Amino acid sequence: MTERKITITSDAGIHARPAMMLVKEAMKYPCEIFLIKEHVEANGKSIMSVLALAITKGSSLIIRAAGEKEQEAVNSLVGLIQKEF
Amino acid sequence: MKQNKLYIRDLLGKTGNIDLQIRLVSGEKGLNREITGSEMNRPGLALAGFYDFFAFDRIQIFGLGETAYLAQISEEKKREIYEQFFSYNLLCCVFTHGEEPDERFISIAGEKGVPVMVTRHKTTKFITLLTHIIEEIFSPTVSLHGTLVEVYGIGVLLIGKSGVGKSECALELVERNHRLVADDIVEVKKIDESILMGSGSEIIRHHLEIRGLGIINVKDLYGIGAVRKRKRIELVVLLEEWDSSKYYDRLGIDEKRHTILDIDIPFVTVPVRPGRNIPIIIESAALNQRLKKMGVHSAQELDARIQDWMKSQERSDD
Repeated sequence: MTERKITITSDAGIHARPAMMLVKEAMKYPCEIFLIKEHVEANGKSIMSVLALAITKGSSLIIRAAGEKEQEAVNSLVGLIQKEF
Repeated sequence: MKQNKLYIRDLLGKTGNIDLQIRLVSGEKGLNREITGSEMNRPGLALAGFYDFFAFDRIQIFGLGETAYLAQISEEKKREIYEQFFSYNLLCCVFTHGEEPDERFISIAGEKGVPVMVTRHKTTKFITLLTHIIEEIFSPTVSLHGTLVEVYGIGVLLIGKSGVGKSECALELVERNHRLVADDIVEVKKIDESILMGSGSEIIRHHLEIRGLGIINVKDLYGIGAVRKRKRIELVVLLEEWDSSKYYDRLGIDEKRHTILDIDIPFVTVPVRPGRNIPIIIESAALNQRLKKMGVHSAQELDARIQDWMKSQERSDD
């Protein structure tokens, strides 16, 4: 299991479009991916799940992956969030 | 598991579908105190001077008895009583039957920052309502990945990997006049020792994500009759891709269970394969579950019938 903690800096937070990009990226990896905000776990491969987290600016988020290619998955998701939102 | 918190100010705001008919009369400073348990205390004994085992950290309920007692004592005595009573770090006080506390009580409570509230409810009724609210908030909750639908009155939780077709199945069930409760994230609450209540996340309530279509609003598309807010979970169905090396239940004589928050729920595994009509299987599973609830177990009864028949054959062979 690999985990990384990050803080969202984008003003708009993770709304529909960013959530879609995130899920699209997560779908590339075979491992299970979770986004965790304030003890609520969301499936990183499900758009509804990510939207329901209501990730706003300043939210601290844990990205967790377990299984095959977990390291790469976490790195690429963290990279995406830092680069895009 | 999530740990919910409850503060005194929450009692004054929205409390779901229960109206506490409560208002604040004093002690605004203390509204951010946390309520940590559902126990309440009648302070009658304490007011009369007996302070052993005084549960000051609970919600103090002043019923007709307490108010009548306070009304008949002299001002001097009252000052003494209040001094001692408020020397404890009280959580909050609630007067029932719409009875107002006296001026002195209000001013001391204001100074000490002890919230004082008045409710129009009768004491027993108020305690029942408040207990209900508090226990609901403190009940263990877990959020699961799955889809919750109501099929023929049975709450069916569909679980399985992403992309196995849970949402599509829910859509087809809605089309067949069943109801959607939650898609993707199901918040499950243990209401009682044997009851699990499932509901959807507030933000995405009654939306479904269908691959290829995107997000659809089931309530707008199919009407209010196609959705509901929460439902007791009575059956768990695992959808999984058909694995030809795996043995799937052919009889259904033994009941399998799926444990959520220490409660065992009847459980079936349904293998998915192109051309297999999953919604109709879920419908049958729900109906079968209803039948079992009413004491009729199809598989066991068939087995009993076969055994009877075999016995009668043996006898005629003799």
